[in-house]
Amino acid sequence: MATTTVHQTKWWSGGKSPFNMEYGKLMMWYFLMSDAFTFGAFLISYGSIRFSQNFWPDPNVVFNAFPGAGHANLPLAFVSVMTFILIISSVTMVLAVHAGHKGDKEGVIKWMFWTIIGGLAFLGCQAWEWHHLITGEHAVLVDGKIDLIGQTMGGNPWGDLVEDNTALTAALNNTSHETLVHLAHEYPTGGTVVAMEALEKMSDGQLAGMVDITHAHIRETGPIAFGGYFYGITGFHGFHVFSGVVINIIMLIMTQKDVFKNRGHYLMIEKAGLYWHFVDLVWVFVFLCFYLI
Amino acid sequence: MQHPAFEEVTVHHHHEDDATFKKKVRKTTILLSIITIIELAIGLTIYTIHKGESPNALLVLMFKGAVCILTLAKAYYIVSVFMHLGDEIRNMIMTIVVPLMLFVWFIIAFIADGNSYKNLRNTYDKHFEETTMPAKHHKAEAAPVENKGGKE
Repeated sequence: MATTTVHQTKWWSGGKSPFNMEYGKLMMWYFLMSDAFTFGAFLISYGSIRFSQNFWPDPNVVFNAFPGAGHANLPLAFVSVMTFILIISSVTMVLAVHAGHKGDKEGVIKWMFWTIIGGLAFLGCQAWEWHHLITGEHAVLVDGKIDLIGQTMGGNPWGDLVEDNTALTAALNNTSHETLVHLAHEYPTGGTVVAMEALEKMSDGQLAGMVDITHAHIRETGPIAFGGYFYGITGFHGFHVFSGVVINIIMLIMTQKDVFKNRGHYLMIEKAGLYWHFVDLVWVFVFLCFYLI
Repeated sequence: MQHPAFEEVTVHHHHEDDATFKKKVRKTTILLSIITIIELAIGLTIYTIHKGESPNALLVLMFKGAVCILTLAKAYYIVSVFMHLGDEIRNMIMTIVVPLMLFVWFIIAFIADGNSYKNLRNTYDKHFEETTMPAKHHKAEAAPVENKGGKE
């Protein structure tokens, strides 16, 4: 039995690794532990700020878009696709490491390739999500007028819903021409959509009368910290995914050039694998903190 | 397979045969997927509760707690099965796991700090409370105060 051997071995008598582990792999574990503290500190800082606010945006309201689905309200749909992409790419990485244990070069190449594809797919999804959040403008009530703002580092359109229709109607009088044109186009009274060109020629007073304010779902501005934390933490995670993809590509090239075959072992694949699983592990917590709770 | 370049490694891990390995990986993948699906279902349940007439704050909190526990379960499976930490020797596992125990203090302390800052500001900075408290909560918070007064 392996356990009895372990028990009888004098681990600390020198000449061997007391942790029964090769140096590089052990150091990869300690790097990952320190990285876990970095991510942990970011997420806890986010939690601390979130608990210090009276209002925090509901993730199901913020993250409800899906590529190609237009304005359909699909909370959690896209992020679950991203989560499954990372889980599957973690599984292909396990298979690559296993192929490495057997010295199966073709197997390593095949599964590393699919892991890289998974990583790139995840990065693509994240790029789409960021682009959608930054450029998608939403109507908010600020200082007695209505503005169109996207989710950026300095602005947050996901405040509480404004239910005071008199305040909103009054705010229309102070709203810019451009915003009024947009609102009259998106939320017309009676539901008949008028072309943008025609609306642009109308006066502000006319336009204000054409906006169906009760259906525009106008919100207050939300906590500004939301954007910084969301882009900062998902960006830092995305940077890890990116560097993981780069490392995996290097490992794939080295495998193809028979570097590991000549060395007699595929331990580098194992170390790259640890890093890749860690990226998946961090996403599990990012997913929890930003999208689920 | 032996690792000739690493003589300091005494006991080489016994790698399971293909069938056992595939079974283990498949089992873990299915488990992770099922946990994720349950998490998504809870997320959508929270969304429907929020949309409802009078959201039950305690129920939402319980669901959020359940999601946190499920996430920890997922993390455990990723680390112990995919990263093979469970197969390493005990001393090595402890050097990784014991420092991570700091998170217990870390999370409690900083969440409590944030919460306390909110309470202090709501007490002493009325402008902060008026400008940031959601309208619905204003009404909801006003009611219990009246009840309290009635009892006394």
